[in-house]
Amino acid sequence: MPSLKTNCGGITSPNPFWLASAPPANSGLQVQRAFEAGWGGAVWKTLGTPIQNVSSRFGAIRWKGNNGVGFNNIELITDRPLETNFREIYETKKLFPEHAVVVSLMVETREEWKDIIARSEDAGADGIELNFGCPHGMCERGMGSAVGQEPQVNERITSWAKEFSNIPVLVKLTPNVGDIVPHGLAAQAGGGDGVSLINTIKSIIGVDIDTFVPQPVVGNQSSNGGYCGAAVRPIALHMVAALSRDQRFNLPISGIGGITNWRDAVEYILLGSSSVQVCTEVMLRGYRIVEDMNEGLLNYMRDHGFETLDEMVGKAIPAYSDWGKLDLNYETIAEINAETCIGCQLCMVACHDGAHQCIHPDPDPTVRVPTIDLDECVGCNLCQIVCPVPDCIQMIEVDNGFAPATWNDHVNNGAPLRPKKGAH
Amino acid sequence: MSDLPKQRSESVFADFKSAYTPAQAAVEANRCLYCMDAPCITACPTSIDIPEFIRKIATGNIEGSAGTIFKSNILGMSCARVCPVETLCVGDCVYNHMGVPPIQIGKLQRYATDKAFEEGWQFFEAGPDTGKSVGIVGAGPAGLAAAHELRRHGHAVTLYDKRSLPGGLNTTGVAPYKMRAERALDEVNWVLQIGGIDIQHGVEVPGSVSWETLSERHDALFLSFGLGPDSVLDLPGGGLEGIVGAVDYIERFKLGTVDLETVRNVLVIGGGNTAVDAVRELLGLGVTNVKMVYRGGQRGMSGYAHEWSAAKDEGSRVVWNAQPVSFEGDGHVTGLRCLRTDENKRAIAGTEHTIAADLILVAVGQAKLGDLVDGLEGVETQWGRIVCDDDGATGRPGVYVGGDCRNGGKEVVNAVAEGRDAARAMHIYLGGV
Repeated sequence: MPSLKTNCGGITSPNPFWLASAPPANSGLQVQRAFEAGWGGAVWKTLGTPIQNVSSRFGAIRWKGNNGVGFNNIELITDRPLETNFREIYETKKLFPEHAVVVSLMVETREEWKDIIARSEDAGADGIELNFGCPHGMCERGMGSAVGQEPQVNERITSWAKEFSNIPVLVKLTPNVGDIVPHGLAAQAGGGDGVSLINTIKSIIGVDIDTFVPQPVVGNQSSNGGYCGAAVRPIALHMVAALSRDQRFNLPISGIGGITNWRDAVEYILLGSSSVQVCTEVMLRGYRIVEDMNEGLLNYMRDHGFETLDEMVGKAIPAYSDWGKLDLNYETIAEINAETCIGCQLCMVACHDGAHQCIHPDPDPTVRVPTIDLDECVGCNLCQIVCPVPDCIQMIEVDNGFAPATWNDHVNNGAPLRPKKGAH
Repeated sequence: MSDLPKQRSESVFADFKSAYTPAQAAVEANRCLYCMDAPCITACPTSIDIPEFIRKIATGNIEGSAGTIFKSNILGMSCARVCPVETLCVGDCVYNHMGVPPIQIGKLQRYATDKAFEEGWQFFEAGPDTGKSVGIVGAGPAGLAAAHELRRHGHAVTLYDKRSLPGGLNTTGVAPYKMRAERALDEVNWVLQIGGIDIQHGVEVPGSVSWETLSERHDALFLSFGLGPDSVLDLPGGGLEGIVGAVDYIERFKLGTVDLETVRNVLVIGGGNTAVDAVRELLGLGVTNVKMVYRGGQRGMSGYAHEWSAAKDEGSRVVWNAQPVSFEGDGHVTGLRCLRTDENKRAIAGTEHTIAADLILVAVGQAKLGDLVDGLEGVETQWGRIVCDDDGATGRPGVYVGGDCRNGGKEVVNAVAEGRDAARAMHIYLGGV
């Protein structure tokens, strides 16, 4: 039986599923219920000088009847007294000594960092996470993403934290930057034990088109918030992978962003995450989702012969390459299975309007299965994406007789490229 | 038009297919794949752009959705309720090939069109007056669809109907668990909102007004007078009380009341959709023992399988392979004498038996009214149906035809398509472009 035992930057937990620093990890009773449900760890909702929140605070994208495909919030850090939070952290650790309790922190001055780190350690925390990511409210006060967007400030505060802390320090990075790598390297230079990413993306989730007020509505106004949920996963995956593949960067990563199930978690682990953090899906469906996450991940590991998570971490990184290193002579074409095709012709309209006009109706109008002009098909796989029938459209590899050649090979060494298709 | 009586037996019926709530409509609309050149459109005689109207429901553009429906089918509200969608649009939904429940197109169409009625949305206005006039004989679905389309082109329209209520079979014949008469009249009023449509009730052509007069009065004529009375079974005892034509009986309880207090055993003779409707209706009106009597087997019946399935669920019984030979009774019918038939519907000698009945509805078809046009030179008939080309043009210039008197008795949606398309052809005939 594979093991889910997790070690991310020296912070250990029975499995890699941690609650992210957010409303689901706001209080002791919540975190304890989450641990009982099967979560391996929790990053406590950010502590600092308690704030006053607004109502409302959340907004969501509803798409084809699904609520919260994308989500955003304008909530700030904890609004509860620090004493209460630390007492509950202590109680939680007492009850769940094997689980990871990481305390997210956000304060301003060196003295404040020293004080709050000491109190976190006293409460029994397994690690701290520096919140350099919050893109709304706190950044207007010089904290959160205001720190995360400045590598020098990031490095300085990380080094303070390392100076004061006897427990591991994770640095939580903001995605609201052009290139994530310098920010990860700054955390590394400051002595951080790991990074967690991404925090939320600066966003306006929507506008009330009847009242002309953006959402979430606070009276007759709104403000930009932090975007999260399933829709941000591709952005977060890229940032995690960008750090993982960078030769200079060698810290463990706690992956965050749109993780809704075990499959999403596997993707994060394969791109270099040692643990994963989840917030939005828990807010939408509850702690109970972790049962399937643990089961699904274990079954996946068993099916793929992984004994430990370490064997999985970064497994997809070698295949993440630059465009210039992709084989331009690799060729595929689409193939429609006439047996399972239901004749919706979504592939045809997508190809005609959105791709290369190579899927056509059958000459016999009573036949709904389209035909593919193989001389024109560029193998873009748009048809496969729009097809509602599982596995009905397959992308078939074509042997065109050309040796593999990348753009770099072609430019530097004149490697021959196959004739272009659909470029007329 | 006269008012519907307050007391009507059909009022006890609730909708067999309930109306969608906004939440239900949204969930169903979001399931639609939005197929390209969708098979459901091809299956619809009026070619409603179904994926488009469903997408508009999904986005919350209900007004636009209703507009898409009415643009193709001005009687989209009643068609949403009475169409046999299982054999038309829904039956051709591609989800059927995937083993996934097909989209409930009829219910979505009802959702959008009911909302349009409720909100009073207007989609059409009459075209500029052309000075031309069209007389339409029969104010049923074909006549109404033709009238509306003609008004969009600016032609003056007069509808002549022999009844005191407009709407044709939509008003007098639709099964009340699909649509009751008051809703059919709502729809007539909805169609008339375009303005400029005069309806003259109580007019029989050629009885009260001759073809000659009509031809002189109008620049073109549209014939949409439907079918005639129920066909009768010319059998011994046919004159007994308690033997009624099914279409006639349905009209009685839709527009008035029927007394079933003492009725215990009802037989409905026939195997078509009117027979199946009548069986379900009598059960719904409270008769516990209702049997259909059909001379063939289930595979031979012309009634829709989904309708018969619903009838069975509701408790109807059936006597397959029974050929009526006489009615029994003394003054009032007490039973139906039948012979068993073989698989080719041929009577088997020596199998005579009696099925008890105190009410027998005869649903073996309706008379064709082709004879009505005898005085209209150039208009030909075949087997009682009026002969025409694809546009509905008869052999006499300026005279067009649509609906049951042309097709012999099809669905409301066929009548609408024929009325609409004939009106477009008449517009060209009248000099339009």
